[in-house]
Amino acid sequence: MSPQRHRLAAGGRIDRSRPLNFTFNGRRFEGYAGDTLASALIANGVTPVARSFKYHRPRGIVGAGAEEPNAIVQLETGARTQPNQRATRVELYDGLTAASVNCWPSVNFDLGAVNNLLKRLLPAGFYYKTFMWPPGFWMRYEYFIRRAAGLGKAPAAPDPDRYDKMHCHADVLVVGGGPSGLAAALAAGRTGARVILADGQNEFGGALLDGGAEIDGGPALDWVAAAVAELEAMAEVRLLPRATVAGYYDHNYLTIVERVTDHLGAAAPANLPRQRLWKVRAGQVVLATGSVERPLVFADNDRPGIMLASAAATYVNRYAAKPGSRAVVFTNNDSAYRVALDLAEAGIEVAAVVDPRPEPEGPLPARTRARGIEVLGGQAVVAAHGGGRVAAVEVMGLDQAGGGVIGESRRVRCDLVCVSGGWNPTVHLFSQSGGRLRYDDALAGFVPDRSAQAERSVGAAAGTFALADCLARGFEAGLEAAAEAGFRRKGRSRRAPKAPAQEEAPLRPFWVVPSTVARGRGTKHFIDLQNDVTVADVALAVREGYRSAEHLKRYTTMGMGTDQGKIGNVTGLAVLSELVDADIPSVGTTTFRPPYTPVGFGLLAGREVGALADPVRKTAIHRWHEDRGAAFEDVGQWKRPWYFPRAGESMHDAVNRECLAVRNSVGVMDASTLGKIDIQGPDALRLLNWVYTNAWDNLKIGRCRYGLMLGEDGMVMDDGVTTRLAEHHYLMTTTTGGAAGVLAWLEMWLQTEWLDLKVHLTSVTEHWATVAVAGPRARELLSALTSDIDLSAKAFPFMSMRAGTVAGVPARVFRISFTGELSFEINVPASYGMAVWNAVMMAGEKYGVTPFGTEAMHILRAEKGYIIVGDETDGTTTPGDVGMDWIVSKKKPDFIGKRSLSRPDTAREGRKQLVGLLTQDPKEVLPEGGQIVAEPEKKPPMKMIGHVTSSYWSASLGRSIALALVYGGHKRHGETVHVPLIGKTVSAVVSEPRFYDPEGVRLRG
Amino acid sequence: MLLIPCPWCGPRDETEFSCGGEGHIPRPADPAALTDPEWADYLFMRKNPKGVHTERWVHSQGCRRWFNVARHTVSHEILAVYKMGEPPPETGADSKQNRT
Ligand SMILES: [Zn+2]
Repeated sequence: MSPQRHRLAAGGRIDRSRPLNFTFNGRRFEGYAGDTLASALIANGVTPVARSFKYHRPRGIVGAGAEEPNAIVQLETGARTQPNQRATRVELYDGLTAASVNCWPSVNFDLGAVNNLLKRLLPAGFYYKTFMWPPGFWMRYEYFIRRAAGLGKAPAAPDPDRYDKMHCHADVLVVGGGPSGLAAALAAGRTGARVILADGQNEFGGALLDGGAEIDGGPALDWVAAAVAELEAMAEVRLLPRATVAGYYDHNYLTIVERVTDHLGAAAPANLPRQRLWKVRAGQVVLATGSVERPLVFADNDRPGIMLASAAATYVNRYAAKPGSRAVVFTNNDSAYRVALDLAEAGIEVAAVVDPRPEPEGPLPARTRARGIEVLGGQAVVAAHGGGRVAAVEVMGLDQAGGGVIGESRRVRCDLVCVSGGWNPTVHLFSQSGGRLRYDDALAGFVPDRSAQAERSVGAAAGTFALADCLARGFEAGLEAAAEAGFRRKGRSRRAPKAPAQEEAPLRPFWVVPSTVARGRGTKHFIDLQNDVTVADVALAVREGYRSAEHLKRYTTMGMGTDQGKIGNVTGLAVLSELVDADIPSVGTTTFRPPYTPVGFGLLAGREVGALADPVRKTAIHRWHEDRGAAFEDVGQWKRPWYFPRAGESMHDAVNRECLAVRNSVGVMDASTLGKIDIQGPDALRLLNWVYTNAWDNLKIGRCRYGLMLGEDGMVMDDGVTTRLAEHHYLMTTTTGGAAGVLAWLEMWLQTEWLDLKVHLTSVTEHWATVAVAGPRARELLSALTSDIDLSAKAFPFMSMRAGTVAGVPARVFRISFTGELSFEINVPASYGMAVWNAVMMAGEKYGVTPFGTEAMHILRAEKGYIIVGDETDGTTTPGDVGMDWIVSKKKPDFIGKRSLSRPDTAREGRKQLVGLLTQDPKEVLPEGGQIVAEPEKKPPMKMIGHVTSSYWSASLGRSIALALVYGGHKRHGETVHVPLIGKTVSAVVSEPRFYDPEGVRLRG
Repeated sequence: MLLIPCPWCGPRDETEFSCGGEGHIPRPADPAALTDPEWADYLFMRKNPKGVHTERWVHSQGCRRWFNVARHTVSHEILAVYKMGEPPPETGADSKQNRT
């Protein structure tokens, strides 16, 4: 293992007594507790750490936080592997394994660098152009592109980790635990308000963690420690470190990603989830999200060793890691002078500070000069040199306007370039909340302007950079937010924390350094490092007419990487504004969308995976089906027995046996899942007349009637049998899958349209178990189980209901039939379901009673030509289409859907209509969904005239049967049609959609 | 996610509710008397305004009651909730619309 040769001898917030081993790209390294993967890589002098997305150029670490565009790694391997992790936000743990992405075959020797040589072939809009022309080329490119591009791989195995969700409320949610956020949380917390303080880092303090600052007359970090201790002691305050606020949604609803055990690796305790997703409804929000430094763009500004000045300071101060040994600082503002001083203090040679401002003055440049560092005013770094890592920069003078270079170029040797082009307030969450941005000329950046929600931005996020102002404004915002949430300052609350004032000279807005050679020739000026978007790409897009920020973004993919352009976007907009000769505010920004940083799918799914993905509903008789080895079918959330195979039986065998048993003797089916709605009230009848197509006025007590329900558009919605139980009491049944929808539908009409109707609806689906006994011997079987119900055809006719006892249990018995056979549906309270089922099985033993499942039921009803809503109908099917005009009342003045049936399109001839299909080869079973043609052609396209809706082998008939919807089908009976399949075409004759006992003699028997 | 004040249950998350589309579209008293375009207008045509929209919601995971909501379609601000059968309240719709 290599020593940490770039680790400073002292300092930093790392724990040198806790060395940690880790592996990067197959090599073993050592770091310390408190490191991030990025700081540990810097301490070990590892470079490059990645290859770029499009050109596969070597890349180094650029930032130190969430903005990092380059150091994207694949973390761990196997089922726990995570793509798309920013090394700057991965806390080091013992045994960590990570690898670079975009490196094929390796980070140091890269075939994809071929892309770099072919860069003239990969211009802006490359993907779109490839799709467009020449046709079919995309298919050929794709393999290579998919392989060479991309940001890591998704795990192939199920995620072994656990993720939790937390729902909570807060009076004040403070986002960001830097000086502004801590001050806000303290102020709000002291009022007694419920406060949540969330921060993405492992410890609170934000930029103060870099050290050096002073608050209340002492080291800033002492104040941070005291503030955190005070907050921890407050009962109503919740501190969430390692918690990134990812999304800001309507009505102050925010999501927070808390990384609970990610930083522990294999040492993570089993009782804790890996991450938690917090869903917070906040009364007030304080956004103290800080800011991200932006780069200055010069030729080949992507070389490893070129990083944000603030990041270099963080690595040196917080992690005691040396990002280089000889630095050039290139800045258009004062903040990076502090970095130069910090680097010098840490023993890193600072070759020069290059500053486009003609005469950098003020305390910071003065201190820098006093330290013996050369300050080159009115100059700029125009290019970086070096094979891999930067080895030197070229510095030239700038003309007055900054649009051209003057004088001789000077080469300065260095292995580190610290760049600062100013600061972009982190306005992502503010923008997600709907707030409007304003361009601030002094800052040369966008700041929050007008809030859309109960929110306020403070500190750097609001364009306030001086520590003293951040503390004061943060404290004030905390008090304001608490007050608006109803919490007043208690007594003589302590004053806001104070920091000494600092004097900084204004920055010089500066984006792209002019060059002596045309841009894009030989060198590249990168704006978006993650997606490899250059100044030349933006220029090309503008030439091709993409002049709006949103179009530019999509055409060049600028800002569309996983970093959402946190570093480069404003620079890109500035370049665009220059090219289209408009000011930056008028060019505008692109839309900021959640999440702020990538979120894993595992976290979003939480515990709702596997068996918990969706509720499972089981009938009271489910256990019996399981014990009998039933194959189950999902119908909505219900588990229904599909068929009951005996030993050695195929599904086909079992289903044939079940069908024949029902036709020839007796079968029994668990029909408990059918939807049941109890309807009571003096206006129940009026409701039925409204929602069904047929008339209900003359239905006698104890009688049942089939009904068809339409949408107001005239299309079939559901069907079922409704029984009149008493004067004002009905029981409606619905399809299994349609039960919830029908109840909601009826409720909607009752509550929104017919408020005067006196009727109540209750779902009783689960209150009743339903045992359907069907077949010619059904009556004989049932007669053994009941003595108080006269089962004779005369006393108990088809489509009627009798109450009594069955197997000693109070029951409602319905004489209805979906199979076409004599059939009784025994309804008993669900808790008696299993007992009655067992009694039926016992009483039926001598008839060879056969349990049958949904498959046999579907075949039996298809033999009868009974439709299944959702099979024979699809939301564009009228009653007439399925041959059910007979159930549509002509006399009722109105019902839901009636008016639509006379619309020209619903009333026209030749619609898709339900027919039967009998294949010419009776053994041939058509596939459901098969497309029907009148004239088969040799190959597609062919004119399709319909499709197969249901198709089965009918054991009762000894041949195949099918139902189909065919254009003008009602007039095609006797015609031969064709179903072209792969390798063959099946011919069939159109018939009546009724294949068995068309007169219905059997079910009335 | 909207926070919707159910008139019966109080403020609850949007996921507890279902939206029933534009409100105050009474079912025609005599559909048979309408021309096809008039019926189609009732059936299919909706305002879809940029601004205040009065719409029907049902608290489907709660009390299962329907009610009306006046919601600004840009800001998603909920200006009023009121019971079925009640007229839409004054929401200052015009001034709100200008805000967009
Ligand atoms: Zn409610």
